[in-house]
Amino acid sequence: MSFLRRRKGTDSSKSQNLRCNIVKEDEKNNLYESPRKESYNSKKWSCWDKGLTVNHPVVFVPGIVTGGLELWEGHQCAEGLFRKRLWGGSFGELYKRLEVIREASIKLTDFYMKLIPLCWAQHMSLDNETGLDPPGIRVRPVSGLVAADYFAAGYFVWAVLIANLAQIGYEEKTMYMAAYDWRLSFQNTEVRDQTLSRIKSNIELMVATNGGKKVVVIPHSMGVLYFLHFMKWVEAPPPMGGGGGSEWCAKHIKAVMNIGGPFLGVPKSVSGLFSVEARDIAIARTFAPGFLDKDVFGLQTFQHLMRMTRTWDSTMSMIPKGGETIWGGLDWSPEGSSFNSGAKTLRNNSINNTDQIPNINLANMKNVNYGRIISFGKDVAEAHSSKIERVDLLDSMKADMLANLTNCDIWIEYHDIGDHRIKAVADYKVYTAGSILDLLHFVSPKLMARGGAHFSYGIADNLDDPKYQHYKYWSNPLETKLPDAPDMEIYSMYGVGIPTERAYVYKVTTATDCSIPFQIDTSAEGGSEDSCLKGGVFSADGDETVPVLSAGLMAAKGWRGKTRFNPSGIPTYIREYSHAPPANLLEGRGTQSGAHVDIMGNFALIEDVIRVAAGATGKELGGDHVYSYIFKWAERINLQL
Amino acid sequence: MASNFLRQRKPYYVESTINCSSSSDQKLVNLSFGINETRNQTKKRQAKEHHGRRSCLDSCCWVTGYLCTTWWLLLFLYHCCLPFTVVHEVPELMPAARLKREGLKGIHPVVLVPGIVTGGLELWEGKPCADGLFRKRLWGGGGFTQLLKRPLCWLEHLSLHNETGLDPPGIRVRPVPGLFGADYSAPGYFVWDVLVKNLAKIGYEGKNLHMAAYDWRLSFQNTEVRDRALSKLKSKIELMYRANGNKKVVVVPHSMGVAYFLHFLKWVKTPPPMGGGGGPGWCSEHIKAIVNIGPSFLGVPKAVSNILSAEGKDVAYFRAMAPGVLDSGTLGLRALEHVMRVSRTWDSVVSLMPKGGETIWGNMDWSPEDEHVCDFSKKRYFRLSPSDNNVNNSDAKQVFRVKDPVKYGRIISFGKAASVLHSSQLPTAVLKEILHMSASRNFNSSCGEAWTEYDEMSRESIRKTGAADKAYTATTLFDLLRFVAPKMMNRAEAHFSHGIADNLEDPKYNHYKYWSNPLEMKLPDAPNMEIYCSYGVGIPTERSYVYKLSPSNKCKRIPYQIDTSVDGEDGSCLKSGVYFADGDESVPVLSAGFMCAKGWKGRTRFNPSGINTYVREYQSKPPTSGIKSTAHVDIMGNIALIEDILRVAAGATGEEIGGDKIYSDILRMSERINLRL
Repeated sequence: MSFLRRRKGTDSSKSQNLRCNIVKEDEKNNLYESPRKESYNSKKWSCWDKGLTVNHPVVFVPGIVTGGLELWEGHQCAEGLFRKRLWGGSFGELYKRLEVIREASIKLTDFYMKLIPLCWAQHMSLDNETGLDPPGIRVRPVSGLVAADYFAAGYFVWAVLIANLAQIGYEEKTMYMAAYDWRLSFQNTEVRDQTLSRIKSNIELMVATNGGKKVVVIPHSMGVLYFLHFMKWVEAPPPMGGGGGSEWCAKHIKAVMNIGGPFLGVPKSVSGLFSVEARDIAIARTFAPGFLDKDVFGLQTFQHLMRMTRTWDSTMSMIPKGGETIWGGLDWSPEGSSFNSGAKTLRNNSINNTDQIPNINLANMKNVNYGRIISFGKDVAEAHSSKIERVDLLDSMKADMLANLTNCDIWIEYHDIGDHRIKAVADYKVYTAGSILDLLHFVSPKLMARGGAHFSYGIADNLDDPKYQHYKYWSNPLETKLPDAPDMEIYSMYGVGIPTERAYVYKVTTATDCSIPFQIDTSAEGGSEDSCLKGGVFSADGDETVPVLSAGLMAAKGWRGKTRFNPSGIPTYIREYSHAPPANLLEGRGTQSGAHVDIMGNFALIEDVIRVAAGATGKELGGDHVYSYIFKWAERINLQL
Repeated sequence: MASNFLRQRKPYYVESTINCSSSSDQKLVNLSFGINETRNQTKKRQAKEHHGRRSCLDSCCWVTGYLCTTWWLLLFLYHCCLPFTVVHEVPELMPAARLKREGLKGIHPVVLVPGIVTGGLELWEGKPCADGLFRKRLWGGGGFTQLLKRPLCWLEHLSLHNETGLDPPGIRVRPVPGLFGADYSAPGYFVWDVLVKNLAKIGYEGKNLHMAAYDWRLSFQNTEVRDRALSKLKSKIELMYRANGNKKVVVVPHSMGVAYFLHFLKWVKTPPPMGGGGGPGWCSEHIKAIVNIGPSFLGVPKAVSNILSAEGKDVAYFRAMAPGVLDSGTLGLRALEHVMRVSRTWDSVVSLMPKGGETIWGNMDWSPEDEHVCDFSKKRYFRLSPSDNNVNNSDAKQVFRVKDPVKYGRIISFGKAASVLHSSQLPTAVLKEILHMSASRNFNSSCGEAWTEYDEMSRESIRKTGAADKAYTATTLFDLLRFVAPKMMNRAEAHFSHGIADNLEDPKYNHYKYWSNPLEMKLPDAPNMEIYCSYGVGIPTERSYVYKLSPSNKCKRIPYQIDTSVDGEDGSCLKSGVYFADGDESVPVLSAGFMCAKGWKGRTRFNPSGINTYVREYQSKPPTSGIKSTAHVDIMGNIALIEDILRVAAGATGEEIGGDKIYSDILRMSERINLRL
């Protein structure tokens, strides 16, 4: 899964860990007029104010693909890899093994090169039907802080934050990494590993051993959804829930500081599920350059990856939620066309003066229909809806149920659906966030049937309907109520200013029988230089992975004040961090980065986190801190509150 | 040095021990250190020794050097020639594979409690010299190698505060939590590796297998005060109990972990603030069995020699962990003093001191092991003939024996004479007087930074304590230690006690300092719980020592050392200044087995609810390495032991796995010990 892909190679974690004086005297920096700025330049180990000390215990909830997985039981081909990391960390052993084999047996190359990566993919896959372990294989999450401090060697995730917290006195007893198997659906982590119970018990322990101080939870990326699920789970009665009672969150949680949270899903996950796009496999490339560069999987790499990732239920938690109400219809979208990557002015109260905003980029605005998440052909993407001829998907679904038998050795679900269906998919031309679900149901019925039991993507009409007590609704903020905890605080912290995938232009491939029949039409380019359409992808404002809309809407509107989603009126704060690329190579991934993962090394964000952990409230941090047009967009969304 | 608690001493080498024992330990390290590198080190060491100051040993060193180089060469070849995919799962090594076929399945969650020096430590905050090592291992693999270049810095970070026994200002070193990832292979961890692998085979994984890591340098109660380690363990056990369908846990402590878990048992049922507030029923509700491996219930004599003199050949383990530290010129000849200074800040070492005094360990003229015959050279287990069974006669029989029995009771004697003469011929102890006159201490500030507490003592008093013909038993020993290491004993005795309780109902025994001493605590009220004492036998184990004053009177030297020139005749228990008894190389049988064999057997005052105890001995068979080994650490890879643990974890009771299994004289020894039950 390419959810968090890596594009820059330089490692900067070390320099950031211990050198605190790298804050550049940059203009943009002045936005953060914090008294702490001088202290960045002070000596190591004492970067933070003396006044900041350990106060609230901290819980980290890692996101998708950043947590490590290790092997507990495997097939013959994985012998000797017991408790070695299959994912994350340094991939040390796996990699070494690969290298050794490569060098030692050049003659046998073909044999081994096929065997080892296949073996790996086999072990990383889950069971196609149950979404749990395949027989004879047990791959389990690594526990402890080491689980997600670095994703790959030198590629930090939590390490910088941990190092900074340690400087003000945090240690093992006051920090906890809630590692879970990110491949499973959320409820299955409890079924298989009792992960949710563990998190509950650990939070209770930390609160008890730290003098009743409530915890500050810091979920990142998919961890945000996971923790939403947790908050519902913990208060739900057994057997489905944790039986903590309706007071649990109020008693144990001070604040939830969501970093880069895809509350309402990410369009990228659609393209991931739909076609495992080439530019999206960067992650796989990161951990094992050999796999892809040396054609280990041969031409069938994508099919292999697709088959593997399609067994992961968790990928379905990030399909866009809320349908057309949130993501826009055929001719309408909350963003309009206002994305302008140069816009970096702080506009905390932008609601009052946004009237002129739609006029900024009038030239580009005309043809961007973000609401059409997938369109077949550039002309279709740009034409008005009345001009598009569409063949109804459901009709063709009934028409043809014949699968063509294939002799491809790589089996994916596409081979079960016939050519007619593929044609039907393309004939429907345009898919919005609502119809995208139909599309996915159409092309991969098994996957969606499995996922549908664990996740839901709609908007609740009546939250008191008893059906919403089922766990499949718990990770969808539009179908759950926040816990009754008026003293808790919810932060939405995310980067802005980076073009983020929002909608796609697709084409049907004609290549071979065995390949994936759909592909992003990379030839589709926008007209002008700063057009939103590049290489078949329409971009909007965001942190490179999660669009602002998804990360900020709940805090900006859905949960703001007392709403039906937030009955107790938990205060919410939006903290945006404007992206500034690293000033030079030495700086590596930058101290002001807003990118989805790199933001974990953003000093401003770290400062916010540390101050909250040391006891500050959202008001004391300065309340909302907004660069994007999120409030304006939120106004346009017609969501019943 | 406490760290050598787990070393592998080869008593048959005298001069070559330094090199060879270390190389045998390094075998364990070479997973993390390149083999070529270590070979170079060996050569370097060899070269250094050649030009070294002790020129009289030249020839000896050359021989040793050659031996070691050959050894490394063989080792190197051994590792190179193995197939690149080292298959750990030798079928022989995996009893679990067989048991799984028999249908064995893990039922009870398992908690592992590591012993001293086997847990990893990592740096959370340090002095400038340790920059860049944040969250790197200081102990046990990882970033450890980087610190070898800065041995003094490393030692500084491993020290605790001299007075509080907690963190020194500005330094925070913390235990590495959880089941260490196997990618951190380090000497201490192979200990658990085989066991964990086997457990995994029958279905264990993160949710029902837990490693209770704690900072092994601290006193037990301080692990709770500083790190909340006991609370964590409690919460973890409760969670595993609930999450696995209310199945009680099986606890597997090793070495010092045994005493730690005893402490936990008392802590958990004691009300807060001193305890965990679990209530009296906690243990019976949550714990199925405690399988103690190599338990040092009553302490180990080795701890005494470590505290007293950080003996030269005892630093093998330290050396294995950090070859550079001791070899480097920075420390030079004073390495031992440095090591001593560091280890004396560790309270936990004191928990390993012999407990129970003369009642258990024997007095000047008597010891429970009296009839032990030291014929280890033939590696044959000595068994007493049935006629010797009459315990009542044993005292009388001694008189008629040709050879006087070894006086194991004298744990420290100065001079060989003092270790064999009858007590009436020895001068009475005058320690008290010396203590009085010690007011005239000459604190010698010129001794520089490497001072040990010895430098604060006058040479005269040292000479008196160590005067020839003096001997110390397990009881008087403490007077000696209080004299030579007053600060350490002051600090540590607030946390540990080594006596025998007269009246267990006395409210003073509610204090935590008594909790880790099985002779001063009652087992919890949990009649369904089971306690196993599993340990190796048949390996010579240090039991008492012959000391001498070191010839050098210069400051900065440790004034005592083991008199390695003292040797008994063939077949005697005395070898180079050390009397050996039966045991697992570190823990004598007496300490490991006594509580299960007698102290807790049946319903006693130490075990009021009559918890079942089982003695499981594992006999050492030649060759004493690998899967059949029973040495203190190696026993964790012993297949018989692993099979027992797996069966217990799968629900078997002690009776079902065969009840007691005894090879040693433990029952006879226990009978001779006159302990009120």
